[in-house]
Amino acid sequence: MEDVRILPLGPDGVLVRFADALSDAANRAALAFRADLETAALTGVVETATSLTSVFLRFRPDLTTRATLVEALTERLGTRDWLAADLPGGRTLWHIPAVFDGPHAPDLAEVARQIGRDPDRAIAELTATPVRVLALGFAPGQPYLGFLDEHWNIPRRTEVTPEVPQGAVVVAVRQVIPFANPAPTGWWQIGRTAFRCYDPALEPALPLSPGDEIRFQSVPLATWERLLTAPRGGAETEALA
Amino acid sequence: MTLIVETVGPAVSVQDGGRAGGLGQGLSRSGAADRQGYMAACALAGAPLGAAALEMAGFGGRFRVTDPCRIALAGAPMRATLDGAPLEWNAVHPVPAGAVLDIGAAEEGVYGYLLPGGGVTTEVELGGRGFHKIAGLGAALTAGDVLPVAPDAEPDEPPMRLPPGLAATGPLRVMPGPQTDLFTKADRARFADTVFTRSPRANRQGVRLDQSGAPFSAGAQLSRVSDFIAEGDIQMTGDGTPYVLLADCQTMGGYPRIGTVLPVDLPRIAQALPGAEFRFRFVSVEEAEALWRSDEAQLADLTRRREPLVRDPRSMGDLLSYELIGKPLDD
Repeated sequence: MEDVRILPLGPDGVLVRFADALSDAANRAALAFRADLETAALTGVVETATSLTSVFLRFRPDLTTRATLVEALTERLGTRDWLAADLPGGRTLWHIPAVFDGPHAPDLAEVARQIGRDPDRAIAELTATPVRVLALGFAPGQPYLGFLDEHWNIPRRTEVTPEVPQGAVVVAVRQVIPFANPAPTGWWQIGRTAFRCYDPALEPALPLSPGDEIRFQSVPLATWERLLTAPRGGAETEALA
Repeated sequence: MTLIVETVGPAVSVQDGGRAGGLGQGLSRSGAADRQGYMAACALAGAPLGAAALEMAGFGGRFRVTDPCRIALAGAPMRATLDGAPLEWNAVHPVPAGAVLDIGAAEEGVYGYLLPGGGVTTEVELGGRGFHKIAGLGAALTAGDVLPVAPDAEPDEPPMRLPPGLAATGPLRVMPGPQTDLFTKADRARFADTVFTRSPRANRQGVRLDQSGAPFSAGAQLSRVSDFIAEGDIQMTGDGTPYVLLADCQTMGGYPRIGTVLPVDLPRIAQALPGAEFRFRFVSVEEAEALWRSDEAQLADLTRRREPLVRDPRSMGDLLSYELIGKPLDD
């Protein structure tokens, strides 16, 4: 576990980072370690959360100290090989329709150039690869999905796009994100879905959980338009073993 | 009872103490952009933390209440009148039903707070009432909005104020974070030596800082793994431009952050006007932890400082109409 680091993040936050680079093992480790911390209920810890490769703890410095917490975390990190942890149980596979051309794919040509494929081949690869919910972040219920193959390891853009629309499907660094809301981003937009990451009208309002898997399905523009009013944007689910 | 929004500035919204505990679901806390200013309004009104107020960026609007209640005014001082008579800022005033409360332009700073005694009681969504743009929750207020408000327990309490504290000066304190050591020692030193200017590009999500020197690069920063963000983080975008992230920040991001502005100093950035100049000073993690104070402790401090509002004769334009010399005492 020599790569694990315990780092400060704000005066009332601790970050346990399992790896500097994105990796499947580090993501699984983060999910399992957070589950362990939720069970442990350490004094003064008021919130835990996972990102792609890290666990965050918010604590109350008036109820505990950083030093006490770091000691407890170091001890728990030593109890097992977290990088060998399994994925959580009860996961769901989502089939999510999206349109991947025309005005909804403004960056597809550039992304295809960067990954060395033609645009049709790029979308064929994307829709053939099940991607896992590595973390929810940026906006409520919004998933960071991975991993695409290594040649999709393209950097973010240098200039932030002032706004991509709700449902924009964006890619960078071997990951895909369906955007929950209109937002600025440095990622590349190659499609758009009618799936909503947060829908207060449905139960659960935040449908995705870390560990779930998603397969995008390419649909024509007319289908996407029709799905805008469908529950979950036409997404279908099946249970994963 | 309700609060009627007759006219309103372009960036007025309901804000409260934010939505805690949602980080794992992608929900940042958000809430008031100047948490200290918001808590001052809570203290003035004797309202609990979490009471929902109007946050007014730059300009307020014209408001009326349908029942008598107190209204606390705090944060960035704004020109305020009640039926035409000036109202002191950083104070709480009894407001009769139907009276016209006009809140004009900010006289200094950006975010002012208007808190009815009982708090605004719009619907709670994902644990809060505040407008959180990137989370897609709530909306800015528009003219004609009618907001539900809980009845004020003490609508007739005489006006109270918070005496002005000492204005904070000096460099803003920054603690190291998970990506601080991605920046070279030389760049960190240069960062601490640089005078930054608050850019006109700013909102509740963050404030851009301009400077004339070379950009602050962390190397290979466009491919870094996204990770958690703390409010107050100083993020370097792809071109090395720093942004200080405020209440509406995203929960995680990939741009490297050179450090985190301490919560105690963050309102100074939120309230800064375009052109304001800043410097930063790195402090240790231990110093940052020692300077942390809970919301409850801060509110209790503010509440203790509350005192009756006595009008200053120099600000009373109609002095002659007051019976300054009353009749002699009977004995």
